[in-house]
Amino acid sequence: MCGIAGILNTSPGAPPARGSLMRMIEAVQHRGPDGFGFYHDNDVGLAHARLSIIDIDGGTQPIHNEDKTVWVVFNGEIFNYLELRAELERLGHRFYTHSDTEVIVHAYEQYGDKFVDALNGQFAIALWDTRRQRLLLTRDRTGIRPLFYTVVGNRLLFASEIKSLFAEPAVPRRLNLAGLGQIFTYWSALPPTTVFEGVQALAPGHRLVLEAGRMQLSKYWDWQFPSVLPDDHRHEQDIAEELKALLIDAVRLQLRADVPVGAYLSGGLDSSIITTLIKHYTDTPLRTFSVTFEDDEFDESNHQQQLVHHLGTTHTSLRCKRADIGAAFARTIWHAETPILRTAPTPLMLLADSVRAAGYKVVLTGEGADEVFGGYDIFKEAKIRRFWARAPQSKMRPAILARLYPYLKNSPAAGRAFTEKFFSEGLEHKDQPFFAHIPRWTTTQRTWQFLSPEVQQALADFDPYRTIQQWLPPEVAGFIPLGRDQYVEAHTLMSGYLLSSQGDRMAMASSIEGRFPFLDHRLIEFANRLPPYLKLRGLTEKYILKKSVQGLLPDSIRRRTKQPYRSPDSQSFFSAGQPAEYVAELLDPVRVRDAGYFNPSAVTKLFEKCRNGRAIGFADNMAFVGVLSTMLVDAMFIRGSMTAADVSTGNSFNEVAASAATVSTGVVK
Amino acid sequence: MSAAPESKIREFILSNYLFTNDASALKNEDSFLKRGIIDSTGILEVIQFLDDEFGVKVADEEMSPENLDSVNNLVAFIKRKQA
Repeated sequence: MCGIAGILNTSPGAPPARGSLMRMIEAVQHRGPDGFGFYHDNDVGLAHARLSIIDIDGGTQPIHNEDKTVWVVFNGEIFNYLELRAELERLGHRFYTHSDTEVIVHAYEQYGDKFVDALNGQFAIALWDTRRQRLLLTRDRTGIRPLFYTVVGNRLLFASEIKSLFAEPAVPRRLNLAGLGQIFTYWSALPPTTVFEGVQALAPGHRLVLEAGRMQLSKYWDWQFPSVLPDDHRHEQDIAEELKALLIDAVRLQLRADVPVGAYLSGGLDSSIITTLIKHYTDTPLRTFSVTFEDDEFDESNHQQQLVHHLGTTHTSLRCKRADIGAAFARTIWHAETPILRTAPTPLMLLADSVRAAGYKVVLTGEGADEVFGGYDIFKEAKIRRFWARAPQSKMRPAILARLYPYLKNSPAAGRAFTEKFFSEGLEHKDQPFFAHIPRWTTTQRTWQFLSPEVQQALADFDPYRTIQQWLPPEVAGFIPLGRDQYVEAHTLMSGYLLSSQGDRMAMASSIEGRFPFLDHRLIEFANRLPPYLKLRGLTEKYILKKSVQGLLPDSIRRRTKQPYRSPDSQSFFSAGQPAEYVAELLDPVRVRDAGYFNPSAVTKLFEKCRNGRAIGFADNMAFVGVLSTMLVDAMFIRGSMTAADVSTGNSFNEVAASAATVSTGVVK
Repeated sequence: MSAAPESKIREFILSNYLFTNDASALKNEDSFLKRGIIDSTGILEVIQFLDDEFGVKVADEEMSPENLDSVNNLVAFIKRKQA
């Protein structure tokens, strides 16, 4: 796992300067602390920061083909590199390293741009074809590894993180209000949009080719769902067996590494499945890590301990206090490079620190299972709301909603009449692909009341439904309903927030590589073909997945209803009514007014509400975290008034909370 | 007595849900639900406010729009409960 950066002249000009490349790659040194590598010629410069995981001695990048006409820098892993290598060698290709990177250049020679189809992995790739003077940028299917680019004058700059692009003084630093409006609606900007003007994100499953001054963007893979209910005659047990075999193979492939591999254990079903499969089907010694919270509402340590005892793993748990989150949140935003609406990424960043401290570089996690197998409450909600939309006057139908959210202290189902009103929002859109997401987006858009009149004016034309409708591929509207819900979820919240702000960026903050067996594209394709009742049966989520691991997991874990991973939000920034120092500074009315994004008096009222512990709903907490993170993005990336050094040392942040979160490790036999 | 709950409630709604001092932002007959002023978890804060401020306990079956969904409805509800 690594960081990449590069510069391409899109028309003849001075060769990319080594100094520029060096500044760009140094900006993402946390992604690859084990060494730098460079390639340049007249029109292109490639840079690489390495985290050594496979072929520790020989895998230095850039890597080239036999006659050095194709060069590559790459961030990620190609899990099926051994099989691909054997195939390419059979076809006459000669390898000079044992790294997974080298299969990329030979596969490109062999298959042209279609080489991506042969890769099973998580990757962001920059490949330079010297003969055709052609740059190819591509990203994995689900958006695990990031890749951004911008065009300044006659140069295209690209990098794993936006801070590399900003390392070039010529790149303007302006907040993109359209991106902000999207984040304050969908939780993430819709690629290629980012929260910075002129900075584009390469979308998951896409490639961008630059040749002879032309730029061509194309999609090579996407989530596909049937348009009619699939007619699956196989016995359920056979489907479950096939799924189990695929899962075992995905885990086996993703354990490939020349360094020890650990796993996250949340206490929920998905990570329990991964750790159990590692235990039963591989020889890898099991080393697990988890976060615990002082607040019962968020804590899952009982379930974690249950599995630790069951499997006998060597386990580290990190107890995350509210103040730890408040103190580390600025560093979170430095790595995430975007406004976010929850603090949930921060504990995972702290957990990555403790993984690193334990001497590990790679962890497997359960991420993706909910999107692939229909695990989220939003899918259940949508099912009930569709059922209700067929008889909108029914009094009985919405009553089923009360069965959702048993785990929430402040459940939206608490006041029946209010719940019904909330979920009845947008029933008339029942045939739209984004129907499931309307309640979530409506709640999230409550953050808009804090935007300044100027920003509200600038966003006056933003229509959340029309925007997503134009952005989604037309075929999504034809998918079966659960397929539509899953598609929108995978392309907004999952790739734009969970895998990036909460995934790649938090792990990479400590040079930790996350791996996600549930996002093996073979598993996604398998699951997407299944009839919806094998995923959501009644209101039981992930039905077939649970069936496939029957007998492997303790039933109490297997049957447990999903508890989404959450952490304390606005409470994290106040201690006995006192705000963390940097929070008070950034949310000072003068500071807020000068930045221009928010209405200072509204923010002050919100600040007081949170300070007094009266912000208990989602909307207020999202607004608080959204405003604070936007102000941090402004300070760090637009103004440059807060630096990486401030962030990493904790300077100017509250002293009280500077103590590290508590780590405890134990071996359970 | 009747004016006091109304102004307290108005101030609570204005500053806690509309985050403003502008009294024209809220009419006493405005439906909190229809105008999107209070969401389904927000109503729990209103219930806590009624308890803290007026000592009014809201039973589950009383959590209805008729009792809670506007300044006017809240004022009338408090009056009934305190009667």
